[in-house]
Amino acid sequence: MEDDASRGANRWRRFDDWDNRPLRLDNFALEDPANGFSAMNGARDPAPSATVDGGRITVLDGVPEDEFDMIDLFIARHHLDPAMVEEAMAIPSIEVARMLVDVNVPRNRLVQLSRGMTPAKLAEVVAHLNSMEIAFAYSKMRARATPGNQAHVTNAKDDPLQLAADAAVAVALGFDEIETTMRVARNSWSNALACCVGSVVGRAGTLFQCSSEEAEELQIGMAGFTSYAETVSVYGTEKSFIDGDDTPWSKAFLAAAYASRGIKMRCTSGAAAELLMGYHEAKSLLYLEARCLCMQRAMGAQGTQNGGIDGAPLAASIPGGVRELMAENLIAVWLDLECASGNDARSSESEIRIGAKILPFLIAGSDLICSGFGSILKYDNSFNPSSFNGEELEDYLVLQRDFEADGGLTPQGEDALLATRKRAVEALSAVLEELKLAEPDEDMKQSVVVASGSDQTRSFSAGHATRISSSIATRQISVLDVIRALNKRGFREEAENLLFLVKLRLSGDYLQTSAVIRNNRVISAINDPNRYDGPGTGYRLTEARRKEIANIRGVLDQGEVLRTEATFQRVEEGRIRYRSIGPAQQGAIAREVVVGLSPGFGSKLFRTTAGHPLSAVLMDIRAGIEEAGGTARFVRFLHTADTSFLGLSAARLSGSGIGIGLQAKGTAVIHRKDRLPHNNLELFSNAPITKLEHYRGLGRNAALYASGAEPEPIVVPTRGEALGARHHARVALIYAIETGLVRDGAEPEELAVDFLRDNQ
Amino acid sequence: MTAKRPRVADYPLAETQPSKVLGPNCRSLEELTLQGIMDGTITMEDLRITPSALEAQADIAEAAGRPNLAANFRRASELTRVPQEVIMATYERLRPGRASRKQELLEAARQLRETYDAHRIADFVEEAAEVYERRGLYKFRY
Repeated sequence: MEDDASRGANRWRRFDDWDNRPLRLDNFALEDPANGFSAMNGARDPAPSATVDGGRITVLDGVPEDEFDMIDLFIARHHLDPAMVEEAMAIPSIEVARMLVDVNVPRNRLVQLSRGMTPAKLAEVVAHLNSMEIAFAYSKMRARATPGNQAHVTNAKDDPLQLAADAAVAVALGFDEIETTMRVARNSWSNALACCVGSVVGRAGTLFQCSSEEAEELQIGMAGFTSYAETVSVYGTEKSFIDGDDTPWSKAFLAAAYASRGIKMRCTSGAAAELLMGYHEAKSLLYLEARCLCMQRAMGAQGTQNGGIDGAPLAASIPGGVRELMAENLIAVWLDLECASGNDARSSESEIRIGAKILPFLIAGSDLICSGFGSILKYDNSFNPSSFNGEELEDYLVLQRDFEADGGLTPQGEDALLATRKRAVEALSAVLEELKLAEPDEDMKQSVVVASGSDQTRSFSAGHATRISSSIATRQISVLDVIRALNKRGFREEAENLLFLVKLRLSGDYLQTSAVIRNNRVISAINDPNRYDGPGTGYRLTEARRKEIANIRGVLDQGEVLRTEATFQRVEEGRIRYRSIGPAQQGAIAREVVVGLSPGFGSKLFRTTAGHPLSAVLMDIRAGIEEAGGTARFVRFLHTADTSFLGLSAARLSGSGIGIGLQAKGTAVIHRKDRLPHNNLELFSNAPITKLEHYRGLGRNAALYASGAEPEPIVVPTRGEALGARHHARVALIYAIETGLVRDGAEPEELAVDFLRDNQ
Repeated sequence: MTAKRPRVADYPLAETQPSKVLGPNCRSLEELTLQGIMDGTITMEDLRITPSALEAQADIAEAAGRPNLAANFRRASELTRVPQEVIMATYERLRPGRASRKQELLEAARQLRETYDAHRIADFVEEAAEVYERRGLYKFRY
């Protein structure tokens, strides 16, 4: 290849390659504890300590009671159990760390100890664990046994039709919760109604939230459209908390308010929020998050959404930041909180970093592995892109299959999802019409049903949604109106599903820790507790669930390979005829090259893995041999299907001592009769990228070897394609067809090969 | 809900005792039908959680070893009696800098205690009032 860039270069050009990788778009920050850039080792992180005096906490992590800030006060009064403090704080942190990964120490014992531990103690304990130990401890300590997942459902136009279709898809894929938010804040009621309708298509029980302003969010919940909330944010320093416009008491009040309306609620916190807000107090991400989590347990929240959240990209820019995100999730479950474990805001442009980050959670399991998996395309995500998005959804499904790990999702076929989208769009259209909110036409509906993202729709705009939204709010439309509209227009199943959902709030069963709805049943840490005490315990895939996870689209089997081959057979029959003309004889012509064909070549298999018809391959090999002055002779071998042995057997029959071995999949070798089987002259091992011109060159070189020349070997250029990944499943199936035809001791057959008219 | 306090084994209540899960108008889960919604006999009020349901969940949470969650449910049980606008006004007043002096929060607490019989919530607001004073949160923010 011509390449002048090397002249005068004074830099190893690999750095140019590295500069161009997506990874280099990521920011990386120097560790700087004094300025808050420290994952687990802040400049002013306190040493763990607690003093109990007369049933009251008088010293907390080195701070005396009269200097407590509002966070210390809340933790001292509502988190720490004075009866547990002395015992829990006395155990050396390294010992507690070992207990966390010891299968013989029950989860309950550790949960009990956590109630006597200060934030600095909790942070110090988990900092003793390496990443693998954190993931393992997480798996042991999480509250509910069955893993789950949460989806974001939003779009760039706040288009209600698309929201309904995408919500229904998320439900079909198995998400336990879906969360929406708006491009235009005023569209909250429209988004809520649309997702609410979409979320009851196909099955009942998917929980739904509409992330908006606190007061409005509660109102939307009161109208029955939503069933949970997770916007109750908590911060680890007093100044950040106040800038967040709340206090632990106001948030705790809100927690009780949600429960009083039968709405499930979890808090939100996460690494680096304080760093982003400018009030980090030179403390580490982990210590500040430990404070947040103690407050959340203290206020009686059933769970948390943590693990970075909006701060994840900043946390990931710091050394050890991703390990810290895992560690803060561990503290959450150790405190017995439901954990929606982040893996939310996309923390890197590198797909490798994203894939690596999700793995511990996928194999450990989590109440909600992502606290927002973008079920829609990146540009449609009004929260900002997630770690995984509509684009990468199938990658995630395959990761589940690879590791036989339940990531909460179930693959669905094309027809099923198209039908789901249609149904959701029709259901929402019926509701919009029935409630006189809008009248979507057929073109709008059709464009949404087939659209991958909002760029492809001709539907409602954000402005339309604003009018719909304001109408829902001012007319005080409630979930009962929606149920009536659905039923009236023939969507009885959806009406029943929605009724099921709003009835959940009467018992309050789903307010308990880690509650989700599966198969019309509430499961939570109460009736599906995670009890792990070693191999064979804890959550395991059932055979049925394993099969669901494995059922991704586009899988090959031998029947399918044979069916595909059969379609090529017909074409090949018009191009080439192979006639057996008796046992192959030892050749005598000095310039002959014997081409040894594999057992299934042209009889069961008809094209190479590169897609070349076998007739064309043979024509080019023969042409190459002849243009270098040789003669081609074709022999079928049935005693072997191996390229090397095909080549060597052909060479030994050849008058020149030079032979070519050729498998139906296109692998080819030039061999000489005096060489060892695997020590050939030339080999084309990468059949999928081997072109016809290479086969012609192979024939030419074989004839040149036969004449005693030393030709330049033919090199098939590769650009680093993962040929094994692309082809080996098919190759293995094809090759099994060849080996199935092998008969021990079978004699080689001389073939007359006729190239027919269709080939000309 | 039941004379005996529910335990872990009674969970989920909607499954183990559906006839005893009642709405504010004493309609049971079984009575909340699609037909009832169609003919308008069921209202949003019928779909509200009751204090006794929250107390029952608090008992279950306590039995499962989650005293703080139970305490939250008991505070929530009191808030079922508090109208939405009072809830929102109280929440607003608890945000930093909304109350300009301690007395405003103490007054909110008194109202919750006297008007709505919400003692736990009132105690909680009073605690906030004291902490806000200590931490100087009665200052103007906007």
